[in-house]
Amino acid sequence: MNWIAIWVTCKLAGLTALALLFVGLPIAYWLSFSRWRWKFLVESVVALPLVLPPTVLGFYILIAIGPHSPFGRLYTELVGHPLPFTFEGLLLASILYSLPFAVQPFAAAFDQVDRRLIEASWTLGVSKLQTFFKLIVPLSTAGLVTGAVLSFAHTMGEFGVVLMIGGNLEGSTRTVSIDIYDEVQALNYAGAAKTALFLLLVSYAVLLVVYAVNRNVWAAWPQK
Amino acid sequence: MAAEITIHLVKTFPGRPPIRAQIRYPVEGATVLILFGPSGSGKTTILRSVAGLEWPEEGTIRFVSRVWLETASGIRIPPQDRHIGYMSQDYALFPTYTVAGNIAYGLSHLPSVERKKRVNEVLELFQLRGLEQAKPRELSGGQQQRVALARAVAPRPLLLLLDEPLSALDAPTRLHLRDELRVLLKQLALPSIIVTHDWAEALTLGDVMAVISAGEVLQVGAPIDVFSRPQNADVARVVGVETVVKGRVVEATGGMVRVSVNGTTLLALETELSGPDVFACIRAEDVVLEQGRASASSARNHLTGTVQSVTILGALARVTLDCGFPLVAMVTRSTADEFKLALGLVITAAIKAGAVHLVSRQES
Repeated sequence: MNWIAIWVTCKLAGLTALALLFVGLPIAYWLSFSRWRWKFLVESVVALPLVLPPTVLGFYILIAIGPHSPFGRLYTELVGHPLPFTFEGLLLASILYSLPFAVQPFAAAFDQVDRRLIEASWTLGVSKLQTFFKLIVPLSTAGLVTGAVLSFAHTMGEFGVVLMIGGNLEGSTRTVSIDIYDEVQALNYAGAAKTALFLLLVSYAVLLVVYAVNRNVWAAWPQK
Repeated sequence: MAAEITIHLVKTFPGRPPIRAQIRYPVEGATVLILFGPSGSGKTTILRSVAGLEWPEEGTIRFVSRVWLETASGIRIPPQDRHIGYMSQDYALFPTYTVAGNIAYGLSHLPSVERKKRVNEVLELFQLRGLEQAKPRELSGGQQQRVALARAVAPRPLLLLLDEPLSALDAPTRLHLRDELRVLLKQLALPSIIVTHDWAEALTLGDVMAVISAGEVLQVGAPIDVFSRPQNADVARVVGVETVVKGRVVEATGGMVRVSVNGTTLLALETELSGPDVFACIRAEDVVLEQGRASASSARNHLTGTVQSVTILGALARVTLDCGFPLVAMVTRSTADEFKLALGLVITAAIKAGAVHLVSRQES
């Protein structure tokens, strides 16, 4: 089994899930609470990665961060090397690719919070930001865990975007799914089988957590 | 300038009559304003606008010297900065917090020692000792109501806003808590605005009452005046109880209560009361007029009265009698013709004991 690829993949998935907690929460909050009539425009953009082929998404991200784009040029000037085919570039692409897997469960959880509770909090003199952390987050834990776990799992298994943005560099951008592909290309079925089994077990474990949390089969944390 | 609450607002909702409210009344220590009206009349929207949870298109809301809303000059104070206590109809207790946690929720600006002290004070006042660690879902309806009220009162608000405070409770609990709430409001010495569609609540709790129907404020006045002297037919229809008189319980035996009203004795069914002072309330359609003394009806009250006025309202006639107190009866036009109802006629009014509703009255 290629432990280096597993380490790269776990690091990528973990950082993506963590980043999406920070990026996804404000977007989900806005989607759930805004009454703007054109909100569906933003909703559709967030959901795009669900329907786009990863190669298409990867292609546009590659163009956007490449040395010919203003952003790519700025990055190269600041950091000293271009963004594509690095771990950081891959991380950025993964965050965009997994955005709906985090934002949609977050927003669904926020939608479930009774607005009268939020109003009660406001009338008690508690600001909107404090209300978010003191009331909305504790009431949305199942949705937040689901979003984080799904984006982690989705990143673990991504293939097309990694190939487009990351290339296939051992130790920095070669992930498990690419490694399996390489093994099969080299007719090393035994190596591919081991890694594939690993990915299968991780995915199954992750989905177990998601379903258990949402059905309260077993209390993942004390019921409050 | 005298201390006043001013509410002027216009708010429209698609597919409903616009709400145009104008209420202005003086506030003292613990003045209770009742917003009274049928469901959908706009009373909750008015309350929510005062809380800052609803933004009228136009309007001014002023509480004593504070301006909370003035659309003309762009002043819109958010609910957080109004220092109000607000209780919604379903209490909206925070399910993830304990009773003590709910009460302490609005006190995070206080240092920990003072916060604990205030929570203890409020727990004591609302008789919630022993329930500090309970979660809202473990409480009865009455307990939930007390916790919600305690939470709203804990940060020492300037004004208390209660939306149908008793409607989520079952009938026996509601009757009991109505009196309890009245005592609490007086104890708190805090002005409040209460939304209700229950006339007994309006009479028991209110000092000032605004009758609201289809988004308009029809009449503002002392509850007893509004009930017994409605300004027009619309108000009379909305309040629905034509006779409201002050009385005093003189005897209670065998499930019956004897009430003295200005020298006349009324029999009513026994109900939970907090003292001998009551309002006796009778709906006009529960008063049956009879000619002569011999009566076949099973009614327990037979009052002799003189006809003061007869107003024809379509198929019905509204008759006012003087029975030692003004009593309003609603009869069909054919009955009015048959009895030859005219001013000065002496007639008997029969009222079942169950139709005389007694409501606790605040001694003044």
